[in-house]
Amino acid sequence: MPSLTWYLTLSAVLFTTGVVGVLTRRNALIIFMSIELMLNAVNLTFIAFSAFLGDGRGQIVVFFVMAVAAAEAAVGLAIVIALFRNRRTVDINDVNVLKW
Amino acid sequence: MHDILNDTIASAPLWAIVVTGVATLLVHAWDEKSDKPVFWIALAGIGVSAVLTIWRAPVAGTAYSGMLKTGGAASAWTLLFLVATLLTLFIAWDSLGKAAAPRGEFTILVLFAVAGMIPFSAGNDLLAVFIGLEILSVSLYTLVGLTRRRFASNEAALKYFLLGAFAGGFFLYGIAFLYGAAQTTNIEDIARRFAQSNFPVLFLTGSALLLVGLAFKTGAVPFHMWVPDVYQGAPTAVTTFLITGGKAAAFGAFVTVFTMTLGHASARFAVVIGVLALCSMVFGNIAAIPQTDIKRMLAYSSIGHAGYMLIGVQTASVEGAGGVAFYLLSYILTSTGAFGVVAAMENEQGEGTRIEDFAGLGYTKPLLGALLSLFLFSLIGIPPFSGFFAKYYIFLTAIEHGDLWLVLIGVATSVVSLYFYLRVMVVMFFRQPGENQPVPEAGAWTMIAVVLSAAGVIALGLFPGTVLDLITSVF
Repeated sequence: MPSLTWYLTLSAVLFTTGVVGVLTRRNALIIFMSIELMLNAVNLTFIAFSAFLGDGRGQIVVFFVMAVAAAEAAVGLAIVIALFRNRRTVDINDVNVLKW
Repeated sequence: MHDILNDTIASAPLWAIVVTGVATLLVHAWDEKSDKPVFWIALAGIGVSAVLTIWRAPVAGTAYSGMLKTGGAASAWTLLFLVATLLTLFIAWDSLGKAAAPRGEFTILVLFAVAGMIPFSAGNDLLAVFIGLEILSVSLYTLVGLTRRRFASNEAALKYFLLGAFAGGFFLYGIAFLYGAAQTTNIEDIARRFAQSNFPVLFLTGSALLLVGLAFKTGAVPFHMWVPDVYQGAPTAVTTFLITGGKAAAFGAFVTVFTMTLGHASARFAVVIGVLALCSMVFGNIAAIPQTDIKRMLAYSSIGHAGYMLIGVQTASVEGAGGVAFYLLSYILTSTGAFGVVAAMENEQGEGTRIEDFAGLGYTKPLLGALLSLFLFSLIGIPPFSGFFAKYYIFLTAIEHGDLWLVLIGVATSVVSLYFYLRVMVVMFFRQPGENQPVPEAGAWTMIAVVLSAAGVIALGLFPGTVLDLITSVF
């Protein structure tokens, strides 16, 4: 089995990819996808620690995170749809009635 | 079996809110036009929860295998949320009714948000804190976008959602690191594990990420970008809830996780929190000056107030925690009062919140004008109103803790804040109302909320010591 460092590095790279995606992309759906990537990177961290510490709690946390992410997706997509119905856009540069 | 029963009794205030939330959801699903019964059920549920909270307050402990704190400090936070929710519901009944917004859904979502606030601020395990945070956040995202045909509301909801979920990711990553460092997510166990002075990198990284998530929720600089847009774009009733309940929950969690539980490990972060406080006070109070919309102005000023409260947080002491809770109580009463007046000023489209729309309010509606002035005086921190004592206790604790630099900045920025709060009063009392400017009509429920808030602000100003002692005694 590869060492813990490899798993942590992989999840850190995934997390950073997500952060960069949120900061640079302008499509609300892609931004949301990047956030999901961040959450899954965290899940990987939890599972890696859980396996290497020989402690099951980390994996239970992951189930909660997945449930929370699903709830967040439902609300987030509903917000994007409400926006699209009003303005026919999901580009956050066009969403600027309030000063950003 | 016996344990489950005991735990349920210990966390009865939370259960009362959950049951009320589900009950209102079912009633409203059964009959779409049942806004009024839903409203009354919600008021009853909040009343029951408040009574249960006071009943459980003397017995501090934990429930559900150490997942939740019950009684003691948890009761203090819960009561703050219930006060904020009650006053918000009063304002919302008139304000949302005027805008033809769904009042039933509002009431249900507010109850669910409170069901998230309680574990968020009283979690004894980072998992419970995270779940509470997400229940709260998901309810708030929906609430902000409640008037879904208004574009400003859509926009505010999208920004709040994207930035909130982004910050939530950091918060969760922090939990993962702390779990890796301590092999547990129980906050007390984590604190016990790192009771000595040498902290591993994993622990420090985890705590720092946790700090980012919490600073975002409290709206402290540099994690404040969402505050003005969300507070301005959301329906006024929702803004009231965000600025009172939302802020109280965030500070409750901040104090519980950092000050009360991580204990001496959090002293490592005192300087960082101090800098956040400094930036928030300076930025919030200066950026509020050029604002022309009163909701946006109060949003920027709330960033400044978050800064004052962070001064109390960074002392990492019981006195600091009590000071923050007292500040929150004062801020909740003051903000609901001020936003109640703003909600009364609005028309059906949610317009009428520019500061120039308040011209002549002191003559056309002397009572509303006088009450808004009272709330603004309290926000500035002028005695004998509660805002003065709130700031005074926080500054006093900080001086005893040796943070004179923060107190000096705090006093200086309070003086700056005089300018933009007084400007509203000048417009109200020394400017004639414009041609065909509508005269606002405050509904009965709004007036009840505003008058109750005013009474609270004055009462807290008259007996600050008694209330502070009461709050500090439970921490």
